[in-house]
Amino acid sequence: MGATLPLFIRKINMDRIITAYSHITENKVIVNDRLIFYQENIVNFADFVKIVYKQEMINYPRFYKMDAISKLGFLAVELVLKEKTIAGYRPEAVGVIMSNSSSSLDTDIAHNETIKDRSSYFPSPSVFVYTLPNIIIGEVCIKNKIKGENAFLISEAFNGKLLCDYADELFDNKRVEACLCGWVEVMGNNCNALVALVETADRSADSSGSGFKPMLFNAENMNFIMKRN
Amino acid sequence: MKPVYILNDNMITSLGFTTAENILAIKKGTIGIRTVNDPLLYPNPVPVSIVNDDLLNERLGEALADHHKTSPSDAFTRLEKFFIISIHDVLKNSPVEKGDPRTLLVISTTKGNIDLLEDRFKSKFSHKRLYLWELGRVIQQFFGFVNMPVIVSNACISGVLAIIISARFLQSGAFDHAVVAGGDIATEFVISGFQSFQALSPDPCKPFDLNRTGLSLGEGCGSIVLSIHPDTSRTPLVRVSGASVSNDANHISGPSRTGEELSWAINQAMEQARVSPREISYISAHGTATLFNDEMESKALENCELSNVPVNSFKGYWGHTLGAAGIIESVATISTLRSNYLYRSAGFDTLGVPSPLRVITTNRPGEVNACLKTASGFGGCNAAIIYQKD
Repeated sequence: MGATLPLFIRKINMDRIITAYSHITENKVIVNDRLIFYQENIVNFADFVKIVYKQEMINYPRFYKMDAISKLGFLAVELVLKEKTIAGYRPEAVGVIMSNSSSSLDTDIAHNETIKDRSSYFPSPSVFVYTLPNIIIGEVCIKNKIKGENAFLISEAFNGKLLCDYADELFDNKRVEACLCGWVEVMGNNCNALVALVETADRSADSSGSGFKPMLFNAENMNFIMKRN
Repeated sequence: MKPVYILNDNMITSLGFTTAENILAIKKGTIGIRTVNDPLLYPNPVPVSIVNDDLLNERLGEALADHHKTSPSDAFTRLEKFFIISIHDVLKNSPVEKGDPRTLLVISTTKGNIDLLEDRFKSKFSHKRLYLWELGRVIQQFFGFVNMPVIVSNACISGVLAIIISARFLQSGAFDHAVVAGGDIATEFVISGFQSFQALSPDPCKPFDLNRTGLSLGEGCGSIVLSIHPDTSRTPLVRVSGASVSNDANHISGPSRTGEELSWAINQAMEQARVSPREISYISAHGTATLFNDEMESKALENCELSNVPVNSFKGYWGHTLGAAGIIESVATISTLRSNYLYRSAGFDTLGVPSPLRVITTNRPGEVNACLKTASGFGGCNAAIIYQKD
């Protein structure tokens, strides 16, 4: 049994592919290998995400209520799902696995500012609710009616292997039929988001006409996308 | 699918530093939630379950001595002390080797060393220590685990999710053993935030009760050793037999109105464990004692035909311990399973949820073979896990 199991898993893995992805860094947005936004000298994260949001004609007023990291994660997911819809899946069959380095520290610092001074002590529920990294997953699930498996994992640097190992487990055991996997990191004006939509080959046939050639879903390809862009 | 066994466990709360100390306190009916008047925690008095600092440092000293560590106790943050004591205790009587590459360390926390944002700690610890992976690295290096820890931060389901992720990695054949530890401390950061939501009860929380007025916060830490190799010297054998996670897709800070997403996770977990609702003999609920959480849970359990199963929430004893909650409540659940003894749901008097529930009102013996532990949290997340005797 020990000899056959790894082969069995590898065979299944061959059928798992990245059908769309987005990668957002400080002043640049890449979707399915295409550069869709680039502007030199952007220094402010808030301005940057707003410009991209408007350029892509996304209409979702809740966006303006979100903290920086949820805005980034939301945007990255929207760009992916514009390329490739998940409308054909049951809500429970879609999973979301996200990760980052600083958890919600960017917003934690904002909440901490509201309680530092006893003479102006105004902790706010609308800030505090975002002091958890998985709120990003919550926002994405609300927008896209996703109800399946979720997990938010923390690692010092992007860890494609960890994401793939966990997502593979979910696919292998039929816990998900599609999964959004990625990294959403914001600290001040520095940001980096990579979101990939992972599907099985048999379900990915209704691909968009964008000419993107789906890639095998594995740690090497996830790390490659992260480094190349 | 490979069975995953529970080999050993520990829990730290205001009621004690080991599983046995905590269970003894529960049997006596001790409530760890007390009104604390400490301006470092909140400007006004607030009920919270706090671990005694002197006892904490005493237990840390023992753990350091056992590990032949000469580092002074103030080299560690308060939360790191929790983790060190808890993991030290759980490894003491376990066959698992920390240095074994087949051993995985999984850490669950919502806020980690968030107290380090306070000015009083700024000169003592580096800013880096605020990062959860750095907390993980301190713990990994203290014990000499060879693998980088997996760190789970998923609001109030973090602890249950960490156990689920560990079990899944063991079942996939990637590891033989996992040490899963979850912890969070009570801080002004968290208390002020929940207070701003007006979610905190002025009295110790009363899960599922008609007169419940919100949650109580607490601090704690728990550790569980999981393995694909059963420890036959300790019977009955207890294993993780099913688990599932779902999202409400409804609201970031309020639960589902119908409970159908938690129900879905529970049904998936039962299906995987191949148990019917009738075979579930006990439920350890999330039971935060907020109006909407407890309502949602009652509906979810009714949807799953589990209304008639004895249920409790352990939060009446030590409050909501956030990233520790899923671990320490699982430890108490496993104790219930091993001892065939059901514990009263502290703070409960009169049922006050829309769907019927059989809340445990007195400590009593009861045959327990398969039990369900659930958790739900901000971000709309739900988790369900089944523990079962072999």
